[in-house]
Amino acid sequence: MALYSNVIRERFRHPRFRGALPEPDAEYEDVNPLCGDRIRMACRLADGRIADARFTGDSCAIAAASADVLIEMMLGQPAEFLQTIDPSRVLERLDADIRPSRMKCVTLPLTVLLGALGGKEVAR
Amino acid sequence: MTLGELTRRDFPILNRVVNGHPLTYLDSAASSQKPSAVIEAIQHYYEWSHANVHRSIHTLGEEATELYEAARDAVRGFVGAGAREEIIFTRGTTEGLNLIAQTLGRTLRPGDEILVSEMEHHSNLVPWQMLCRDRGAALRAVPLLEGAYLDMAAFDRLLSSRTRVVAVAHVSNVLGTINPVADIAEKAHAAGAVVVVDGAQAAPHVSLDLRTSAADFYVFSGHKMLGPTGIGVLYGRRERLDALEPAWGGSEMIKEVWIDHAQLNDLPWRFEPGTPPIAEAVGLHAAIEYLSKLGMERVLAHEQSLTAGCLDALARIPGVTIYGPVNAELKGAVVAFNVEGLHPHDGAALLDQRGIAVRAGHHCAQPLMKRLGIAGTLRASFSVYNTADDVARLAAAVAELPGEL
Repeated sequence: MALYSNVIRERFRHPRFRGALPEPDAEYEDVNPLCGDRIRMACRLADGRIADARFTGDSCAIAAASADVLIEMMLGQPAEFLQTIDPSRVLERLDADIRPSRMKCVTLPLTVLLGALGGKEVAR
Repeated sequence: MTLGELTRRDFPILNRVVNGHPLTYLDSAASSQKPSAVIEAIQHYYEWSHANVHRSIHTLGEEATELYEAARDAVRGFVGAGAREEIIFTRGTTEGLNLIAQTLGRTLRPGDEILVSEMEHHSNLVPWQMLCRDRGAALRAVPLLEGAYLDMAAFDRLLSSRTRVVAVAHVSNVLGTINPVADIAEKAHAAGAVVVVDGAQAAPHVSLDLRTSAADFYVFSGHKMLGPTGIGVLYGRRERLDALEPAWGGSEMIKEVWIDHAQLNDLPWRFEPGTPPIAEAVGLHAAIEYLSKLGMERVLAHEQSLTAGCLDALARIPGVTIYGPVNAELKGAVVAFNVEGLHPHDGAALLDQRGIAVRAGHHCAQPLMKRLGIAGTLRASFSVYNTADDVARLAAAVAELPGEL
């Protein structure tokens, strides 16, 4: 398995959920201390479910692809569903052989979305 | 034969194959590789002479002490210090800077100022931030010109009678810029400030003569100059060290101890509490002998030729941005760059697939990254064992990066 799988390359080149989301119900951003990468996730909720979500940020391909597949997994799901998504499920989607040194790139979007749905304030 | 071709065979790790390719090691600014002479010196020390130093009244203890103190003499000669008392062994540059910050800090008062620069490594920034917070002092930073050089006019404006410490890198670990430390020190001294120089990126590459340099303190690491990890050097001008309280207490740094007080030991041991890094000192000694045998002028010339070749090759690749001076004679052996549309960590990971090891990210210089308006860079850096082939492999791989993701 390659470090940069076809899924990662494809999602990096043609992300489905990258961009701004106007008037989000929940929004959060955080930074990967390893590299200083920043990811912001914003979502709209309807009846407790994720109706729409987008990510923005300056990040590596792995973090961007991870954010993209994570949003896809969450769309239409209740917010609590996020608790059941562990990094191994994201890795499965990414179909990539990620080394321990880059796992933070995979998990950053998860942390950020958890922060958004948990109502965390962005630290400045 | 170039220096790189001549010395490569002395570094066993360079025979490694990484991800199916021969290793191209271009991350020496983070940590250099070690020649057999260093590895064998450490092994021989442990197999033959190891014991604790200074108060062991037996043969091994005496040998270990002799070896440890001989390493100090070797360092003194290598950096051109006036006396062995001015050479204090630490665990590395970071510890040396913290030691100075803590001990100088005891004399600071609210309203005092410490002057650093925007290109400092976190190790020459955060200790001063902590100190300023504790003592109510203020931290000021010299800005950059053209994203590469210290703005010396701004330095002149920022320096005042309130400035107690000026702490700057000799060579930037990202830009490679060689800072005018002599000029800085002269002005700082005229203002009554103490001058601390972070020499981590200079000591491995240039011939130092600290006796004639104006730095009060000069700090560097062993592991970036072919020596082992876990040892560094804090040079302090004798009269400055004499005036300082030790940062830490313990054994070795005292002459006599009572239950409620202690009489301090002489220099340099006053600043070396506890069992020191003995094997590491032996290894550093071997590294210094290795470098001295090559000659630091030759080392510098070799590395500048690689840096010039790298700057030239990368500048020809569309989409590549180079940071810092583009004239190799104005910089150390590092080249920071980015490839358009490619995050530095992705770039480094793709280069690693070809066995090429470069650094990527913020290089522990986040304020500099913020000033340059970027998240990070790729960074190739050179040591004695690198060759023009290494540079050519890097350039060929970088040229192919844009299409790889």
